[in-house]
Amino acid sequence: MTDQLGKPVRRKEDPALLSGRGRYADDLPIPVGTLHAHVIRSPHAHADMVGIDAREALAHDGVWAVITGEDVRKLSDPFLAAVKAPVQQWTLAVERVRYVGEPVALVVAESRYLAEDAAELVAIEYQPRDAVLDPIEACKSSAPLLHPQAGTNEISVRDFRYGDPDGAFARADRRIAMTVPFPRLSFTPIECYVVVAQHNAAENSYDVLANFQGPFSMHPVMARALRVPGPKLRLRIPPDSGGSFGIKLSIFPYIVLIALAAKITGRPVKWTEDRIEHLVAASSGPNRVTEIEAAVGKDGRVLGLKLDQLEDYGAFLRAPMPGPLYRMHGAVTGAYDISHVEVKNRVVLTNKMPASLIRGFGGPQLYLALERLMDRIAVELQLEPLEVIRRNLIPAQKFPYRTAAGALYDSGDYARAVDIAIGDGRLADLKKRREAARAQGRHYGIGFAAVVEPAMSNMGYLSTLMTAQAREKAGPKNGAVSMARVTIDPLGAVTVTADVTVQGQSHETVLAQIVAQELGLSPDEVEVVLELDTARDQWSIAAGTYSSRFASGTAVAAHMAAVAMRDKLKSIAAKQLNVLSDDVELAGGKIRSRSNPDNALPFGRVAGTSHWSPVMLPESMAPALSETAVWTPPELEPPSSDDRINTSLTYGFIFDMCSLEIDPVTYQVRVDRYVSMHDAGRILNPMIAEGQIRGAFAQGVAAALYEEFTYNEEGAFLNGTFADYLVPTVGEIPDVEILHHHSPSPFTPLGAKGLAEGNCMSTPACIANAIADALGAQDIILPATPRRIHEFMQAARQNGGPRT
Amino acid sequence: MRRVNRNERVRIALTLNGRKLAAEAEPRTLLCDFLRHALGATGTHVGCEHGVCGACTVLVDGVATRSCLTLAVQAEGREVKTVESLAALDGTLNPLQQAFRDNHALQCGFCTPGILMSFTDYLSRNPRASEAEIRDVLSGHLCRCTGYAGIVAAVKDVTKSSP
Amino acid sequence: MKPRPFDYVRPDTAEEAVALLADYGDDARVLAGGQSLVPMLNLRIVEAEALIDISRIAALDAIRDVGDRIEIGAAVTQNTLLAWPQLAKKLPLVAAALPHVGHFQTRNKGTVCGSIAHADPSSELPLALALLGGEVVLKSQRGTRVLAAKDFQKDMLTTARAGDELIAAVHFPVTSGSGVGFREVARRHGDFAIIAVAAVAEKKNAVRLGVGGMAGKPVVRQIRSDNAADAIAAWAGELEGYEDLHASAAMRRDLFRNLAPLVIEEAIRCAA
Repeated sequence: MTDQLGKPVRRKEDPALLSGRGRYADDLPIPVGTLHAHVIRSPHAHADMVGIDAREALAHDGVWAVITGEDVRKLSDPFLAAVKAPVQQWTLAVERVRYVGEPVALVVAESRYLAEDAAELVAIEYQPRDAVLDPIEACKSSAPLLHPQAGTNEISVRDFRYGDPDGAFARADRRIAMTVPFPRLSFTPIECYVVVAQHNAAENSYDVLANFQGPFSMHPVMARALRVPGPKLRLRIPPDSGGSFGIKLSIFPYIVLIALAAKITGRPVKWTEDRIEHLVAASSGPNRVTEIEAAVGKDGRVLGLKLDQLEDYGAFLRAPMPGPLYRMHGAVTGAYDISHVEVKNRVVLTNKMPASLIRGFGGPQLYLALERLMDRIAVELQLEPLEVIRRNLIPAQKFPYRTAAGALYDSGDYARAVDIAIGDGRLADLKKRREAARAQGRHYGIGFAAVVEPAMSNMGYLSTLMTAQAREKAGPKNGAVSMARVTIDPLGAVTVTADVTVQGQSHETVLAQIVAQELGLSPDEVEVVLELDTARDQWSIAAGTYSSRFASGTAVAAHMAAVAMRDKLKSIAAKQLNVLSDDVELAGGKIRSRSNPDNALPFGRVAGTSHWSPVMLPESMAPALSETAVWTPPELEPPSSDDRINTSLTYGFIFDMCSLEIDPVTYQVRVDRYVSMHDAGRILNPMIAEGQIRGAFAQGVAAALYEEFTYNEEGAFLNGTFADYLVPTVGEIPDVEILHHHSPSPFTPLGAKGLAEGNCMSTPACIANAIADALGAQDIILPATPRRIHEFMQAARQNGGPRT
Repeated sequence: MRRVNRNERVRIALTLNGRKLAAEAEPRTLLCDFLRHALGATGTHVGCEHGVCGACTVLVDGVATRSCLTLAVQAEGREVKTVESLAALDGTLNPLQQAFRDNHALQCGFCTPGILMSFTDYLSRNPRASEAEIRDVLSGHLCRCTGYAGIVAAVKDVTKSSP
Repeated sequence: MKPRPFDYVRPDTAEEAVALLADYGDDARVLAGGQSLVPMLNLRIVEAEALIDISRIAALDAIRDVGDRIEIGAAVTQNTLLAWPQLAKKLPLVAAALPHVGHFQTRNKGTVCGSIAHADPSSELPLALALLGGEVVLKSQRGTRVLAAKDFQKDMLTTARAGDELIAAVHFPVTSGSGVGFREVARRHGDFAIIAVAAVAEKKNAVRLGVGGMAGKPVVRQIRSDNAADAIAAWAGELEGYEDLHASAAMRRDLFRNLAPLVIEEAIRCAA
C-alpha cells in the first residue's frame, strides 16, 4: 500500500492560488443586475437614534434603497442567542446604537462608489448616552445599561465547584492570587467579508454566496431571522477564502442584512466589506479579567484552584457566544493534575463591537491567567518556574485522564515532552544567554508555558452555561458530527467532498492523502471539492472549519468513507480476479491479488464497474458509486448533572519556552530564542503541520506584543486602519524552533489531534512570563507595547524598583 | 494634456500581461477595481485600500505598485503585469512560484499574488538578494497565515539558484 | 472605501501644471506618487475638486547636481533617488534616512517632494531637509520662490505652499565628507517613526542635531560634541513632545534622550 499519510505532500491548492486562479468570493461572477451595498455605521458608542432622513440620498443617481432598522424590524426577527436574556439584536440598529461601527443603515446603489456617495447624504440624528467600556465598571449598579430590559449588563453568571476546593484552600501552605486581564484583538484575515444575496419572491427563498466559515449551527439562526424554513436559505461557500481564524463566523448578521436588501430591492445585492469596516466592527476576541488563586504546598504543588472569569462580549451576545468561556471549561486546569476547582463564569456587555469566534477561542484568556499564576507561584516560593510546572503536570500513567471539570484527556506524556524540549542543551543555552545579558545589566528574561490544546468541540459544551435543570428541560446537546463523501465517476476517477470550509488549512491536500492511501492511488489522482452548498452537500450543525475539528473529525469521516469504498472495490475485484476478497489489495493504481500481484486490474476498470455493469456486482451489493461517512465520537457526552463536561474530543499538549530582551533604548521586546514542543498525536502532513504552527505562533506573538483594539473613554475606536492596528510584518516575527512528540489519540482512527490553535494559547503566556522575569515585574499587561514597557520602567525608576 | 471630468466615463487603454485591453472608467476608479471588475483579472486581491497590506501589488512598467493607491487613468498607456502573467501557458509554475509551493509559503493564498509581484520586480533588480534585503522587501506585505518563514525561505531558494 | 468624484488632469509640462493650479487653487491636489494622497482620498478624509497628475512631466523627473546642492524634481521617486549612484557620497544623510521611508513598494511610487509636501511631523525626509538646511522651490504663475526648509514646514501637515503653487523641486545641500547619523524608532518595520533623530558632524566639535516626532515639525539645534550629554538633557527637557496611540510625550522625550547620543556618536565616528 502506498503510504501517503505522514508525508510532506505538496499542496494541491497551490498551483491555482499561485497563478491568480483562486476563486474567492469577490472573484466569482455575479448575477446580471446585481446592486452594491454600503453600510452606514454609528459614530457613537451609545446613543438613541432620533431620526433618519434619507430623502437626499434616495434622490441621488443610481440609488435604489436606503434600508434602516425599521425595515429590518418589520421584515425579520431578532437573532437567537445562547443566553436567555431579554437582549434583542437585529441586523441593523433599532432605536439605539451601542458601539462605534454598529450598522445603522444600508445604502443600495448601482455601484459601490455611488453607494458611498449617497451614504454621505443620509442625515442621522443621535442623542448620545453615557457609554461604559470597562467590564468591571459595567458590572456596577451605577453603570449605564446597554439593554435596560435586562436590568443589568452582567447577563450570565454561573458557579461551578469540583472536588473540595474549600478544603484544599484550608489545607494549603500558601494561597497565591493574581488578577490577569486579557486584551481585545482580532486576527484580521486579509480578505474581508463578502456577501452576494438573491431573493426569489415567488418562492420566498434566498440564495446567498458568502465567505462564511461555519459553524453551520448559525444556519438555523439566520433562517429564523429571515423567517424562512432552513431549505429556503441556500447558503453557498466559495471554493477559496482569504483566511478566517474564526472571524468569518461573524459575517452572519450581514448575510441576513444583504438577503433582506435583495428582498426589498427585488435585485441581487452584493456587499464587500472594506478594511475600515472590518477593523471597527467585524469581530474580535472577547477581553477577559480573570481573578485566579491557587492553594499551594511549600513544594509548589497546586492543591486547589479558583477562577473568577469576567468576559466582555461587547454590545451583544451573539450565538454561539459565550463560547470562549465554556469551550475550555473541561480543560480549565490545563496541563495540571488539580482535583479541587471552583469556577465562576460571568458574561458582561459593554459599548464595544460584539466579540466572537477567534483562533484559540478561550484558550489564550485561560492560559495567560493560569500560566502567569504558575510562574508567580515559583517567584513567591522561590522555586524554579519550570519545577513548579513539572511538579504539577498530569503523570503519563494517568491517561486517559478525567479532569476535575470533566474533560477526558485522551493521551500524552507531558513530562517526557518537556524533557525533550529542554534537552540537547536548549534550556542551558537560554540560561547562559540570560546570565551573560544580566552580567551587562541588560533586561533579559526566560519564560515557560505548558498548555493543553483541545480540538473538535462537543456541540453540547455551551449548554454547561445552563443549570442542570434547565438543560433537562431543553433536551440533551452533545456530540460532534463529521461528514465526508467519496464518489467514483464512470472512468474510475475519485472525488471527495466534506463538511469543511476552505480558509487556507490545506484540507484539499490532506483529504486527498487520506483517500488516496486507502484506494492505492496518488493524491494527485484524487479530486477534492470543498465549496459548500447547503442545498446539495452534506452538512450538520457542526460543519465548518473551527475548533480544530478537521484532524479529529472530518479527516476521520473521509477515512471511513474511503475504507467503505475500498472494501466494496475489493469485493468487486475479488469476483473479477477470481480470488477471495481478503486477498485483494489496492496499490499503485491497480487492484490486484496480494498473493499473485500479476493477477491485477487497473483501478479505473474495477471502480467503473458500478456505472457500466451493476448487474455484475457481487450479490446484494449496492453499487460502489458514492460512499458517505457520518461520524460522531461516543466520548462527547452531554454535561453531567454535576456540570462535568468533556468539552472536546482530542487534547494535544504544548510546552513553550523562550528568552527575550527588553531594549533599553527603544523599550521594545526582542524575542531572542523560542522553542515550541507539540504533541498532536499522529501528524498527517508534517509540512502543513509546521505551517499551521508557525501561523499560530505569529498570531501569538502579535497578541503578546502588537495587536490590540483600543477604545478611549468615550468609546471611540482608535485602530481604524492598518497603520494603527499593528499586524506584524516579517520584521516582527521571531524564529521558532518546533519540536514534536507523538502520543496518538486512542479516540480517533487516525490518531491525529488538532494543532493549529495551540500557539495562540501558549505564546502570549510564555512571552508574558519571560517579560515578568526580565523586568522583575508581577503585573504584565498584554500587548507589552513599548509604551507599556516604558511606563513600567519609568515607575520602577521613580520607586527605585528591582533591576530596572 | 489629458483631462477627464468627474463622473465622466472614458475608455482607458493599457497593456495587461502583454495584451492590449481597454475598458471604461471614471477618474476615481482605482486600478485594482479596474483590473478585477472591468478587465476580469481577479488574481490581484484587495486587502486594505490604504496601501498597507500589499495584497494588490502589481507591476506598472515593471515597477511594483500598490494598485489600490493608483487610479486606473494613471495606468493609461502603461504596461501592467499581474500574477496571471507568471506561469507558462500550460500552467507550469515559474521558479518563484515553484519555490513558494516547495516551501509552503502560502496557506489561504490571498496575500500571495502581491508578494509574488513585489519579488518579481525586486529580484529583477537584485537577483542575489540577501536575507536582510528579502525581509526588507517582504515587510511591505501583510500575511496572516504563514508567519512569513516559508516566504523568506522560498525567495532565498530563488536567489540561491540565480547565476 | 472609495474616493469621492474629482476631475483628473494630466498636464504635459510644468507650465501647464502651474496654470491648472492657478485655475483650481486650493480645490486641486497635486498627484505625484499618491502614496499619502490616495489613501486619504479612499478614506474620504480629504476633499479634492481635481487631481493634477504631474508624474509624467519629464522635466520634473530629474536629479540635478548643481555643485553645492542637489536638486530633486517633483516627479522623482524615493527609489529613483535611492538608486542614484552619487547619493551616498553627496547626500549621506539622505542615503541613511531614505530606506526608512515606507517600504520598497511605496518608495517605487512615492516621491521625495511628495514626502516634503505631506509634512508629517515624524517623517524622515522633512527631517533631513531641515537638518541640512535645504530649500523648497515653489512655482506659480506669480513667479518662483525658494523657501528654506524651516520656513516651508509650518506645523503638523501644514506648509507655506500657497494654493496656486507647485513644489517643483527641493534642494539638498551637498555634505560630502561630513559624518552623519540617523536612527528612528517605529512600532513595525517601515511604519511612520515615533521619533526620528539625525545628526551631521560638521566642523570640529560642532554637531547639528535634528529630531522629528517631538513637535509639529522637525526641530534642529547646533550643539558642541564635547558637551553633548548636557545639551541633549537640556533640550529633552524643553521638547514638549505629543501623545498618540503608540507613545506618550514622556516616552518620546526618553526616546530622544536614548537615541541622540547614539546618533551623535555615529556621526562623529563616520566623520573620522
